[in-house]
Amino acid sequence: MPNFETVEVNADLLIVGAGFGACGAATEAAYWAKKNGLKVVMVDKAATDRSGAVAMGLSAINQYVGIRDGENTAEDYVRYVRQDLMGISREDLVYNIARHVDSTVHLFEKWGLKIWTDEEGKYVHEGRWQLMINGESYKIIIAEAAKNALADAGGELYERVFICEPIVENNKIMGAVGFSTRENKFYVFKAKATIIGAGGAVHVFRPRSVGEGFGRSWYPPFNTGSSAYFTIRAGAEMTCQEVRFIPVRFKDAYGPVGAWFLLFKSRAVSAGGGEYMAVRKDELNNWAPYGLAKPIPANLRNYLGMLDVDSGLGPLYMETQEAIGKLAEAYKDDPKAFKKKMKELEAEAWEDFLDMTISQAHLWAAQNIKPEEKHSEIAACEPYFIGSHSGASGAWVSGPEDLDTPYKWGYVNMTTVDGLFAVGDASGASSHKFSSGSHAEGRIAGKSAIKYIVEKGQEPKVDSAKVEALKKRVLAPLDLYEKHCNETTAPEINANYILPQQFIHRLQKIMDEYAGGVTSAFKTSKALLDRATELFVYLKEDSAKMGAKDLYQLERCWENMHRMWQGEAHVRTMLFREETRWPGYYFRADKPKMDEKNWCCFANCRWDPAKSEWSMFKRDVWTMPGV
Amino acid sequence: MPSYVITEKCDGCKGQDKTACMYICPNDLMVLDKEKMKAYNRDPAMCWECQCCVKICPQQAMDVRGYADFIPLGASVVPMRGSQDIMWTVKFRDGSIKRFKFPIRTTEEGTADPLGGYPAHDDLKSEALATEPASLGLDAVPTRK
Repeated sequence: MPNFETVEVNADLLIVGAGFGACGAATEAAYWAKKNGLKVVMVDKAATDRSGAVAMGLSAINQYVGIRDGENTAEDYVRYVRQDLMGISREDLVYNIARHVDSTVHLFEKWGLKIWTDEEGKYVHEGRWQLMINGESYKIIIAEAAKNALADAGGELYERVFICEPIVENNKIMGAVGFSTRENKFYVFKAKATIIGAGGAVHVFRPRSVGEGFGRSWYPPFNTGSSAYFTIRAGAEMTCQEVRFIPVRFKDAYGPVGAWFLLFKSRAVSAGGGEYMAVRKDELNNWAPYGLAKPIPANLRNYLGMLDVDSGLGPLYMETQEAIGKLAEAYKDDPKAFKKKMKELEAEAWEDFLDMTISQAHLWAAQNIKPEEKHSEIAACEPYFIGSHSGASGAWVSGPEDLDTPYKWGYVNMTTVDGLFAVGDASGASSHKFSSGSHAEGRIAGKSAIKYIVEKGQEPKVDSAKVEALKKRVLAPLDLYEKHCNETTAPEINANYILPQQFIHRLQKIMDEYAGGVTSAFKTSKALLDRATELFVYLKEDSAKMGAKDLYQLERCWENMHRMWQGEAHVRTMLFREETRWPGYYFRADKPKMDEKNWCCFANCRWDPAKSEWSMFKRDVWTMPGV
Repeated sequence: MPSYVITEKCDGCKGQDKTACMYICPNDLMVLDKEKMKAYNRDPAMCWECQCCVKICPQQAMDVRGYADFIPLGASVVPMRGSQDIMWTVKFRDGSIKRFKFPIRTTEEGTADPLGGYPAHDDLKSEALATEPASLGLDAVPTRK
């Protein structure tokens, strides 16, 4: 084994990840930890100022309920999420986040986030739940509050340490292990409770761009399935592993379409000019009652566009020139006012790109795109795992104590593993929390975890032989490479190992071609998924043969390991659910209809660490009474 | 190529306590070649073009050349990030230029108070988070009972 120093860190609460969910957890937990003399440690794979999904920035806060001003209630939000996810959501969790999220947004504003306000000082909405912000430094501001809270409470932040595996004994979490991506150090974190908030998963599926543009995913390429892996390997029950998310965005650079739909009132059409949302309206009846809800669920909006593409009617276009033309028409008697309005809208539209998808601004500039002259192409991206958005994959967590639900077995946001809590993309079936809701959920879990530690926390018992075995497993790719790299004249081609750059393509090929990726037009079937399962057996065996020449490749090896397990959970759950419920996310061609009688339920799964076996099962949907 | 380093401008951050681009890259792509004292992007195909490295570089030695898969040559999108706002210069392939300036925060760097100045409580058992209900702007945390 390569010579790596083992560094042991003891904490009361360990937070894995440092994005919005984890930063929310750190901010809140630090407050309660200080009161109770406890130590909080947060571990980040990158630098917290720019880590996680919001690293680049964001141009909007997508969840603000507005309870204070009587705009909406938490119940309204429950209703919205229920419809958007085709009836499958943990309404208790959605409610819990919705009733706390406004306070998170108010804190963001105090910390220095610029939220747009009107002349009366009220927040400017982009949509019913969305607020406009100047969000280039959104993550830096949120990280700052978390770091200040940790420092004040005597906590610690470890940057550039990548957590690979949980340490679990008898279904109780004891901590986690990982390695430094900067120096030869193996880390062992021991804690009485652990919060996982390590993001969703990208690059499980093959992206549309496969050369230099491989990294231009909509969700960031550094969200690598670490949350899913951590909870699955800990033996936690998982939910909605089939509910991936596919956004429709400007094609290739994946810039946001929100400003064009919501501010400019732009239409999306096929090449022939047909507006698929109007032309294919009757299709929505097939997905009632959800298809008839307003707003129309995201996956169904996708689906209508996909039907056009399947029929050879593509490309799809955002009619920017028409929207601007209509605006000019409305102001035709006042050209000065039109010029002013256009300048304002133009800045808003460009900021939408520059705050969160700079590549889109680059693409428009490189193609000399003037939106007032010419429409721009839109397309469905590749699938992502993002339980915080309009997908739902994540761990099955305990619900809030004050609601009368069948989902209470422990402290709120605790998984089925004792002492292990999940937030953000790590926690499932509580979609549409986005940045602000993930932070609010982090705060909820942060307080809950400290309460758990105060009431029943125990010193973690970690078997040193087990730690040694984990160290060997984590560093194995370095060993394998070292042992064999001189046997061939080109070290990247070797019969004894596979490098991470090669392994990721093999995973993506299986997912893309059998599990409903871009090249399969998002369609799959039992036969295709069975074949994927067969190929996964070889893939999983070969995952033990990943080789790494340095720390960077070791990082990529472990990210691939995490992605692979997310992919497997996805394949198994799509296979288990014998219907099509989210046709714009994936289409089970052999079961093309929604089956409310048998499948209006959660499809959950669990991998048993003792037996190394998967089990699949249904869980009932609890509907909030009177809502 | 995603982000790249301009040879002439990069000084390897020798005057700083750490290499800025290497410190900040969310995907761990930037490396310092200690012999040349120049940084480089070691894995362009994993670059998200988030420009975190471009924004933080003290020498303005970094830029982005759009992904070769689908972005034609000849355009640039250059940020200049200050402590309170960011200036963007967007140069089109046809040579035309657009400039934008947006605020990035309303407070001094480093001053974020985790409690936001709201009163906090010490009831660990309640549904109310540390600053609630004050930070909600309500008298109590909503509940269904």
